[in-house]
Amino acid sequence: MIMQPASTEIASRTAAIVQELKGLEGPLLPILHGIQEEFGHVPQDALPVIAEALNISKAEVHGVVTFYHDYRSRPAGRHVLKLCQAEACQSMGSDAIAAKLKQLLGIGFHETARDGSVTLEPVYCLGLCACAPSAMLDGEVIGRLDDEKLDEIVAEVRS
Amino acid sequence: MIPRIFVPGDSGALALGAEKVAKAIEKELADRGIEAKIVRNGSRGAYFLEPMVEVATADKGRVAYGPVKPSDVKGLFDSGFLTGGHHKRWLGAPDKIPFLARQTRLTFARCGVINPLSLDHYKAHGGLKGLQNAVAMAPAEIVKQVTESGLRGRGGAGFPTGIKWKTVLDTTADKKYIVCNADEGDSATFADRMIMEGDPFVLIEGMAIAGVATGATKGFVYIRSEYPHAVAIMQKAVEIARKAGLLGVNVLGSPNAFDMEIRVGAGAYVCGEETSLLNSLEGKRGVVRAKPPLPAIQGLFGKPTVINNVISLASVPVIMDKGAAFYKDFGMGRSRGTIPIQIAGNVRYGGLFEAAFGMTLGEIVDDIGGGTATGRPVKAVQVGGPLGAYFPRSLFDTPFDYEAFAAKDGLIGHAGITVFDDTADMLKQARFAMEFCAIESCGKCTPCRIGSTRGVETIDKIARGIEPDKQIELVTDLCNTMKFGSLCALGGFTPYPVMSAINHFREDFKPAPVAEAAE
Repeated sequence: MIMQPASTEIASRTAAIVQELKGLEGPLLPILHGIQEEFGHVPQDALPVIAEALNISKAEVHGVVTFYHDYRSRPAGRHVLKLCQAEACQSMGSDAIAAKLKQLLGIGFHETARDGSVTLEPVYCLGLCACAPSAMLDGEVIGRLDDEKLDEIVAEVRS
Repeated sequence: MIPRIFVPGDSGALALGAEKVAKAIEKELADRGIEAKIVRNGSRGAYFLEPMVEVATADKGRVAYGPVKPSDVKGLFDSGFLTGGHHKRWLGAPDKIPFLARQTRLTFARCGVINPLSLDHYKAHGGLKGLQNAVAMAPAEIVKQVTESGLRGRGGAGFPTGIKWKTVLDTTADKKYIVCNADEGDSATFADRMIMEGDPFVLIEGMAIAGVATGATKGFVYIRSEYPHAVAIMQKAVEIARKAGLLGVNVLGSPNAFDMEIRVGAGAYVCGEETSLLNSLEGKRGVVRAKPPLPAIQGLFGKPTVINNVISLASVPVIMDKGAAFYKDFGMGRSRGTIPIQIAGNVRYGGLFEAAFGMTLGEIVDDIGGGTATGRPVKAVQVGGPLGAYFPRSLFDTPFDYEAFAAKDGLIGHAGITVFDDTADMLKQARFAMEFCAIESCGKCTPCRIGSTRGVETIDKIARGIEPDKQIELVTDLCNTMKFGSLCALGGFTPYPVMSAINHFREDFKPAPVAEAAE
């Protein structure tokens, strides 16, 4: 069970991040990155605080948050596994890798395992195209995926 | 002098286990009580040999070993690898390895050779000479040099870099910007990532030169979030450059001010398009802007902005160091200089191969790449990422040149090549191109936003055998609309992979009638 902070706490922690970054030119993306790092997602309660501080509408903030794939509306699992599904990985069998991984984890893309252990996401290129198929587990890169490496990944996210 | 061991910290090498190898070497050094320095260099780009460990020896220069597994490390020490001793992983002098020896490294001259975060290494290998020359020149002179070098935008559009710079120089404004497009989202491309991880100062130097040349005082590098290692290295490099006076109010002691910031994207492919990148930097949705106005006149925050790809900017220092004529001497036709070709996908010798323009596609795939990794025949190669055309073997005589590829209904793009073997289903690839466009469309223009979804549906009908000839006609018409009616290259170039798949691999678009009849 992931504990959600109370809305007043979200507001105060958000305000601190906004205060630190609002002097940047074009500060919204850095602020949203900061908030996602702080909470693991971008909570709805953070949006009015940002809007007020940057003197833009809440709708504008919402529009930006929802435009980008990276910003989550809910917390992810304890591990985040991104599996490359772009052409170079396709040429090396990433479709089969994805099918196998979904079966092993019991979840599909954009889903989190019921025990909260892992979130599985497709990614379109990690720049590891000469060692395809590739993945990224919690920011660590993995190339030339095969059955053995998939088993290691599954063991790691379940541990 | 204590021995130096080079273990790449490049993402590609890390993905193949370089971190474990470095740890194993550290442990072995400690166990044996040997004093040595482990340097985390970038990659030289021969990924089939990564993790490639190098040792700087007193008498034989650098000696390479690869691909090294953690379990090889003990044996390497037993074989005396610190003095270049023989071992089954021995490769000899790295610059004699055929894949590397055949290259012409101008932009990537230092990548994989030096410690990426050592400004001293950078200078010792020819770094900063370009900027030193630039600060002593009039801005118009610098722009002239870049124009005369023939350098064209390496991000894919191939627009002459010098002309962009001249427009910004000639536009009067209280503030101007240099923006580096490091949103390298195309599959099969990793040149930007490699240079940022392996030689970050060359990009900083290139941006500083652009600033001096155009009167811009602020630079941004917009790096995609999928590249956390590149982000970390660039951030450290900017700090170091600032402390060393390479950035700041007096660039290299000159009256020119230039500073820069690293910004991180948020997973939108379309932000690789220059105008949506600018919107994203401004903190907006990454929606494409209509042109005109050109970014060179009204770019970031409405100010004149040079927006160039990483490789374009990283190629400027060598031009300013050795001169426009030197650079222009490489290449063919209107494609001058060198291009880092990224050989990827189902290929035996995958990696980065920097060469003068003019090699044929066949040479790249067969001679350099060594054919497929699976050992099966090559069926198709996609050149230029998700928006590039699929080439069949019959077009392998096409020389790597912007105009030659355009003449064959393709594009060089960011020079990434994905090799597919004969198990590839080109209908599936065409469908993916449409699907990817639908996922990543910014939604501003109809041909891209709606066309891509209709494209997926129509191709699905072909797969199900529903009036395939009629559907192909529809897709062709749709592709025409997307090509000429879209605001940017996402919708405008998605027809390249789709139509090339249909035109060159028509057999994959015929349903299997036997299976249909049996149902």
